[in-house]
Amino acid sequence: MSKLVLRNVSRTFGSFSAVEDFNLALEEGELVSLLGPSGCGKTTTLRMIAGFMAPTAGTIELDGEVISSPGSSLPPEKRQMSMIFQSYAIWPNMTVAENVGFGLTVRKLKGDEVRSRVDEILEVVQLGALRDRYPAELSGGQQQRVALARSIVVKPSVLLLDEPLSNLDANLREEMRFEIRRLHDEFRITTVYVTHDQAEAMVTSDRIAVMNRGRVEQVDAPYALYGRPKTRFVAGFIGRTNFIEGKANGDEVHFGGFSVSRQSLHSEGALPQDVLVSIRPQSIHMFKQDPGAGSGRRCVQASVQRRAYVGEYWDYHVTLPGTAQPLRVTARPQEVFQVNEPVWIEIDTTQLTVIA
Amino acid sequence: MAAAPSAFGQWWRNLDKSAWVWVLAIVVLVLLVVNPLLRLLIVSFQQPDTGAYTLANYAAAYGRSRYVDALVNSLILGVSAASLCLVFGLPLAWAVSRTDMPGKNLVWISILGTFIIPPYLGAVGWILLAGPNAGWLNRLVVELTGMEKGPFNIYSMTGLVLVTACYSFPYVFVFTKSALDLVSSEMEDAANILGSGQLRTTLSITLPLVLPAILAAYILVFLEAIALFGSPALLALPGRFHVVTTQLWQFFEYPPKVGVAAAYSMPLLCITVFLFWLQRRVTRRKGYVSLTGKGGERRPIALGGWKWAMLGYCLAVCTLSFFMPMVVTCQAAFAKAWGRGFSLDNLTLDNLYFTLFENTLTRNATLNTFTYAGSAALIAIALALCVAYIVNRQLVGRHAGDLLSFLTMAPFVIPGIVLAIGFYAAYTRPPLALYGSAWILILAFATRFLPIAYANSNAAIRSINPELEDAVRILGGTRFTAIRRVVAPLLNRSLAGAFILVFIPGTRELSSAIFLSSINTQVLSVLLFDKSDEGNFEMLAAIGLIMVFITVVFILIGFRLMGRDFMLRRTAA
Ligand SMILES: Nc1ncnc2c1ncn2[C@@H]1O[C@H](COP(=O)(O)OP(=O)(O)OP(=O)(O)O)[C@@H](O)[C@H]1O
Ligand SMILES: [Mg+2]
Repeated sequence: MSKLVLRNVSRTFGSFSAVEDFNLALEEGELVSLLGPSGCGKTTTLRMIAGFMAPTAGTIELDGEVISSPGSSLPPEKRQMSMIFQSYAIWPNMTVAENVGFGLTVRKLKGDEVRSRVDEILEVVQLGALRDRYPAELSGGQQQRVALARSIVVKPSVLLLDEPLSNLDANLREEMRFEIRRLHDEFRITTVYVTHDQAEAMVTSDRIAVMNRGRVEQVDAPYALYGRPKTRFVAGFIGRTNFIEGKANGDEVHFGGFSVSRQSLHSEGALPQDVLVSIRPQSIHMFKQDPGAGSGRRCVQASVQRRAYVGEYWDYHVTLPGTAQPLRVTARPQEVFQVNEPVWIEIDTTQLTVIA
Repeated sequence: MAAAPSAFGQWWRNLDKSAWVWVLAIVVLVLLVVNPLLRLLIVSFQQPDTGAYTLANYAAAYGRSRYVDALVNSLILGVSAASLCLVFGLPLAWAVSRTDMPGKNLVWISILGTFIIPPYLGAVGWILLAGPNAGWLNRLVVELTGMEKGPFNIYSMTGLVLVTACYSFPYVFVFTKSALDLVSSEMEDAANILGSGQLRTTLSITLPLVLPAILAAYILVFLEAIALFGSPALLALPGRFHVVTTQLWQFFEYPPKVGVAAAYSMPLLCITVFLFWLQRRVTRRKGYVSLTGKGGERRPIALGGWKWAMLGYCLAVCTLSFFMPMVVTCQAAFAKAWGRGFSLDNLTLDNLYFTLFENTLTRNATLNTFTYAGSAALIAIALALCVAYIVNRQLVGRHAGDLLSFLTMAPFVIPGIVLAIGFYAAYTRPPLALYGSAWILILAFATRFLPIAYANSNAAIRSINPELEDAVRILGGTRFTAIRRVVAPLLNRSLAGAFILVFIPGTRELSSAIFLSSINTQVLSVLLFDKSDEGNFEMLAAIGLIMVFITVVFILIGFRLMGRDFMLRRTAA
């Protein structure tokens, strides 16, 4: 059963179109990220889901009921959702416990129930000791946890997060990614998570919706998104990649220096005449000598144009005869090649992805 | 037609129920600002009894040379007082901001004191000083020179110009000083290195940099002077000449000729609107804004021996505006008869006691002053806060928002006396016959000081991240919950400050009160003016001191709440 559904949602500001024809269906208890560069319309989408803004076209449905449409939108306070804001929006005039208990008080729960549920959730986010502090006396990470506790404690129908980690330092950010995933696994709240950091999206999400200029490019699980990007934008935005142009000819597709059979290329539709494929740098292997036909490997000769050592791996740029664009190859630290050294490279053709 | 009720049901369920409050705020704004102005305009074209449209009011208002003379007098007053303000204010601002003159604190305090004295109380002080024959200065001159008659007569245009300038020059001082504070020494050094002397640098580099501020202050002071009612009423009427405001008042003497007054107030309104527009253009001119902010280093200019001369000048100005009038006012307030001079057996607390406790008239007026100013401040802030909220949270379209802030700021350019005539025209007849009740005063005060409340509310609302409210709403609270639980607690300090900034001028407002108060709704300022006819200066001074006392107390509270530069926020309007 789909819980939250966005159907052809658009939002324009004057003549500028911030979100265009956005379609997304979230399953009950699913965590979906909206991932995209700055200004692509993530916050706008999230605020439409929350009800702070009405769409200019399309509808948003929750459990089959239309909650947003261009004509009228259910106000945010009636949506039973909760949201974590980029600024955390912790109320500075209330203590940690008052902040966390606010949603429960508004829901007219009794004082002792509020207290027990607040204490419970503060334990979960490891803030039990700080319940009577004011926000000004908390660190960024602690404020973040207060915001998390405050929005989870009301058991919302949908949890919305707008770049919740962007104000934290790198280490804390990594820690909080896992914290968010842990809380999601514990409470199973349907969640929309906005971020422009792909690692964050990969760690936390069940599925990722990649957005570009107000449109959804692809919605998929992290693994599929990385392994099988459908558009050039997705391939380039999620991790690093190489694009290679080829030409279909009969049963074969020719790329400069090598060719593969039509069948071996994973492609949903019929292949066009001009084919564009993406191959990840780690799906290309380098050898000092041609391993030879006997080895079962099909190698192409190339030469190293440029290299960089980044500690965890080598980042090589190699040129193939007949292709203008150098390929990026990632190699393990012990695989050392000199610049201008002739090398043989093997392309893992099973990892070639056709880009629409 | 089964779909219709459910569609309505959905519309109703989805409707933001807070909308009616915003609608109410807009209605109130229209009643307070638009309606009086509209009525003012309409009445000026109407026959008083038939309501037929006519130009007779304008013919009556400008038909006599006496009336036109009053217009000219106002212009003379405005230009001369504003120019004298420059003579007073500019050297003081420069000395305090840029030089090593000693005694800066003393100068500061007396300028703050000048701000605190209501201009008409200053006029009372000057009557005691330079009234023909009996004035202290005249008696002093007679004493010293043996002349038959003292040379000073405060009941003259010169006297009026002097008194007006004394209580307006602080604006010039504050404007110029803020601008000078931003000119860095490096900019002046650059000119000095090129071989320019200190004086030439000041005149050719510093002066042009602060010129827009000076010009803006000049316009402001000019407008203050021509809209002033109290001092002209106290000084020009006995001196047998009129300015626009006193002439307007005369049109209101029984039977009130509202139409003629409305017609006669048009030039005042138009000049004010035009000059404020001009002032904004002057201060917005980009080319001038080469002031460096607080970055540059600033060193005081060493005046050498001249610094004592400078201090002498500063203290002379302060003596004219603050020390002398205050000393004689205090003397009168505590004297059995002020003419008997400074001696112990002339000392008494009777005046104050009588004013505060025995005389029902003054006692009620004191009470009214507090209630009216307090209620007006509450209303002004509530309304201003609503509008600031609507505009900043974009609850209405951008153009509607611009219109709302324009309307809220509009009273800033309406002279109090014109506003009062508008209120009189709009609210003396049913359905909204408020004249004679306290409400018309309260609402007029609220309208008059709405811009102060708005400037402060706006700054306050802007300081709150909207996400704090969004967080309330997404967790199930309405907009009102957000305002009550988050916005209000966060703003209480700055709103208390705004309250004081509206309350203080409310306690001393004269020009609109004089037209709108009746026997039962007198306030201290009106009473002070009424009593001036009787020549009971001991009582006048006592009333004045009570008002000053109220002001000082509330300013001190403001300092406690808001810190030192709290008074300056008033001019930020
Ligand atoms: N109220 C508004 N009026 C006009 N344009 C707006 C408004 N809100 C957003 N936009 C525009 O819509 C586009 C999308 O904005 P949005 O805030 O959704 O981006 P985002 O994906 O959240 O970016 P970021 O990662 O920087 O937060 C931007 O180009 C922005 O300028
Ligand atoms: Mg955003």
